[in-house]
Order: sequence, then C-alpha cells, then structure tokens
Amino acid sequence: MPQRERGISSAFLRRSDMTDGIDTLRLTAEAAIGLVERRELSAGELHAAYLDAIGERDGELNAYLRIVPTADGHGIPIALKDVISTLGVETTAGSRILAGYVPVFDATVAARCRAAGLTLLGKTNTDEFAMGSSTENSAYGPTRNPWDPARVPGGSGGGTAAAVSGGLAPWGLGSDTGGSIKQPSALCGNVGLRPTYGTVSRYGVVAFASSLDQVGPVAKTVRDTALLYSIIAGKDPADSTTVELPEPVALPTGDRLDGVKIGVPGQVAALTAIEPGVRAAFERTLELARELGAEVGECDLPLSFDYGMPCYYLIAPAEASSNLARYDGVRFGPRVDGESYRAMVERTRDEGFGDEPKRRIMLGTYALSAGYYDAYYGQAQKVRTLLVREHAAVFERFDLIATPTSPTVAFPLGERSTDPLAMYACDLLTIPSCLAGLPGLNVPCGLSDGLPVGLQLIGPQFGENALFRAGHALEGAIGFDTVPERLRRTGEECLDRNRGAR
Amino acid sequence: MAITREQVQHVARLARLDLGEGELERLTLELDAIIDAVSKVAELDLADVPPTSHPLAVVNSWADDVPHGSLPVDEALANAPAREGNLVRVPPTV
Repeated sequence: MPQRERGISSAFLRRSDMTDGIDTLRLTAEAAIGLVERRELSAGELHAAYLDAIGERDGELNAYLRIVPTADGHGIPIALKDVISTLGVETTAGSRILAGYVPVFDATVAARCRAAGLTLLGKTNTDEFAMGSSTENSAYGPTRNPWDPARVPGGSGGGTAAAVSGGLAPWGLGSDTGGSIKQPSALCGNVGLRPTYGTVSRYGVVAFASSLDQVGPVAKTVRDTALLYSIIAGKDPADSTTVELPEPVALPTGDRLDGVKIGVPGQVAALTAIEPGVRAAFERTLELARELGAEVGECDLPLSFDYGMPCYYLIAPAEASSNLARYDGVRFGPRVDGESYRAMVERTRDEGFGDEPKRRIMLGTYALSAGYYDAYYGQAQKVRTLLVREHAAVFERFDLIATPTSPTVAFPLGERSTDPLAMYACDLLTIPSCLAGLPGLNVPCGLSDGLPVGLQLIGPQFGENALFRAGHALEGAIGFDTVPERLRRTGEECLDRNRGAR
Repeated sequence: MAITREQVQHVARLARLDLGEGELERLTLELDAIIDAVSKVAELDLADVPPTSHPLAVVNSWADDVPHGSLPVDEALANAPAREGNLVRVPPTV
C-alpha cells in the first residue's frame, strides 16, 4: 500500500510489517479481538493500522472530527460519535457552540468502553446536535459516503457509519433519536442497533430529545453489534431512565429462522416514497427469510405511518428546545459578548447554532408556548400512546416487524439540504418504533444501483436477542459484502499480499 | 399562514435567539410549512387517550442515600469562557 503523508495522522504513522498486513476494510471486531488475544498484534499496532487507514481515506470522507494518536488500552479500537463526552478529548456535537469544549468526565458509555479495554480512535462527525439525516448539518463540513463520495452517508451518525464502512474503525457508537443509527447504517451498508429505550445510559451524552435518545452500536456484523451492545448496556445509577437487561446478551450463532413470525406492515406496499430498487432488495430478503423457515405475514400499523412523522416533529423539537437552553455562553463554549447578560446569551446562541438546531428550537419553543401546548405537544404525546399500543398489538401476533430502513439509497450531497421537510422524510420508516421505545436493527440486505439497501427489523421491548438471532441468520443468507465496491480492489490486494498475517 | 412573522419574532425572544432580518424571513416560511405538516396530529380525537411522556414504565428511580464526591470547582469551571475566583463572570444581568 503506498504510504501517503496526509493531514493529521501523518505524524502518527508507525508502520510495521504487521500493521501493513491488516485489511481494516474487512477485519471484523471479533477477528480483531482474536488477533490481540492471541498476541499476534498489540493494541498499539492495531490502533496504528486504523490511523493509517484514516490517513489514507479520511481526507476524502471526513468521518472523523478528531483522532486520538495513541492507544489508551489493551483492546481493539473504537470510534465514538461526537455527542459522547470523552474525558480530555474535545466534544462538539458537530456544533460551533461547543467548539473547544473538553469534557472533564467520560460519558458512561465511553467509560464502559474504556473499562473493556477499547482504545478511542477518535470522535466522529455528526449533524449538529444529532439533528439531521445526512451529516450535512455538521458545522465542520459534511461526511461523504464510502460507497460514493458524491453522496451522503445518512445521518445524524454519518461519521460513525462512514468510518465503519470505510475501514476507518472496526466498530463505533452512535446515538439515535429518530433513526440516527439505523438510517446511516442502511446508507453505508453497516449493521446498526438502536436499543430498547432505557437499556443504555445517556449520562454524558449531549442531549437532543430525552424521551427518545438512545446510544447504540454500529459494526460490520450482527455478532460484533451484539458484542458491543453487551459492553454498553445495563443500568447506570447516573441515568435514572436506565434499567437492568431482563436477560444477558447472547451472541447469535444459528442460521435458521424456523417458526419466527415476521410481520410486514401492509402500509409498506402502498408507500410510494420507497424506491423500486429498495423495494426489490427488501422483497428478496423476505423471500430468503421464508427459505430459512420464517413465517412472513402482513401486519397493520396505519397510525404509525400516517401520524408518526408529525408526532415526532413535535415531540423531538419540543424536548430539544428545552435541552438546548443550556447553551448560553456562561459555563462552556465560545461566548459572544454583549452589553447585558441577555444580549450576550442571545448573540452567543444566534452565532453558535446552525440553521437546523435553530429551526428545531423555534419549532419546539412554539409548540410548548402558552396557548399551543395542548394542541401540539400535548396532542403529540397522546398520539404517541396510540403508536405504543399499535406496536404492542402487532407483537401479540408476530415476533418481529420488517420494513426497509430507509425509503431510498444514499442521495447526492445537497439534494435535500435546502428542503427541511424532504430531509425529515428520510426517517419515515425509522421514527414510529423510536416513539414506541422499541429496539431496531439495520441489516444490509442488498444493493440498488450499486448502493446499499438496509433491512429494518423491529423487536418488542428488550427483544434485542431476537433481533440478533434473526439478523445473524439473514446476514448469512444475504451474503452482503460490507466493503464498498470502489474500495474492494485495494482491500483484496492487501489481503492477497498479507494473507499470512491473518 | 400557520404562523406570522410577529409570532416568529416573539418565539425567538422566548428562545433567546438574536435572529437577523433574513433569518426571520426564512424561518417564517420554513416554520409555516413544518407547522402545517405537523398539525396533522389535530385530526385525531384523543380526548380519552392518556399522554406518553416516556416509553418505559420506570417509577421513582432513587439514588442510594450516601454521600459521594462531585466535580471540583476548577474542573467545573474549566470550560467557562470567563471566570473570576470561583465564579463564572457574565455581563450585567440588570
């Protein structure tokens, strides 16, 4: 592989024969753990191999906002979305208003990764305050999709998704409010889990909409995803919304789906927003599920499809307007001076927030203001009750729900960035189960025009193990190659030359 | 119009955002379209439906009643843009 002195990581290149042989595009976290456990590689060498990959490809992708040059642990590396506070490592949530903010404590999920020996590779790009579906809302420039750099990686967790898909991290953490883990995983061809609400601590995670926010894993395989989930999940005294898992995480092994009842909402068939190529890949996957022994039938989620979006775009902005009130130029972040306290706060917020957070703060403040509360936020909370009930009714008859994750494949940069409602429509299929607090797994299920299509599996509350089992069996049957086609030749060359090292 | 320019100006004051003229104009148009879309929730008659504020039935999650440490002042103030002694310095509030 030609060595290119490039940008930030060039100072940290520590090549050796061993690290030269690591194909970060193909190496799964499980395989990486094996290499370290068998002492075929040190944590430092593995970390350095990913820094090399970052040096080579991240100038184009912009998946990372900053990297950590040395391995601080004995295990394998991980990338964390920049909404996750990391002790001593700048954390901006993709916003100018947190530029230069260096947390004095770790988020619980960061601390759990650290306790497991994982080494922090860096902080990944995100739509500002995790608000967006394309990572174009980052104040630090967009991330590009490793499958086609002219296209978005999805969002808000486009940085983590692009890092995993582009071989710049074996796995990573994202955060998901209405689809920010699942949708970028779909657009970048990764596995991504939005866990059941309450299973993963948000302590130290920059808050967007607190009744919806969940942290979750992104990886190349369902097993890696399950493994990382087992590291971060469980009750945290510092987050009173968390609970103990009712059963331990089980790494999936089976390749059959015998007797598993999968419900496909009848509304999917009528949804014209779903691209034909996405629909075709989804239907092929349902056929595979049947061949593996699953019973695929039709279920009904009419209110979720009709009212999920409007419900979400009242509740999430309302909660965001409250959470983002803390950015006032007083305790952290850059301050714009003013002649009075109020002028300072108003100018700091006007200059510090980008367009999308401002839109949502305004919308949320309006929805919560006197005279409108009952009609908007109050009404949306009642709609939410109906969505919870509607999903619960489906799970009386089915084990899992399946839909496409995103109605479209990755779209070109700029295509939706000037039309807020078009951007919001990206999350049409991911939002309803988020409102219901349910876990959802994206599994790559094929290509459409050379771009990844994602299958969304929704489970009942605490149904992660069922999602992992089904996702793992399907993953084997689908045989999706998670390495972006345009990067494959490099990967195979590397593999051929260094097969001995693996 | 679902929302007027004057209402947007009022909401901006509530939200402590010093929006410029251009931003006010643009946000009025954008918020009008978004509010029009989300107003769909008003179609449903939900008089008898209780609200969901939280998707998990967790009630009274207490911390153990034992003393524990908190952030030292220097760490708590480490990111403050302006400091005076053990306090954050801000412009006059009145």
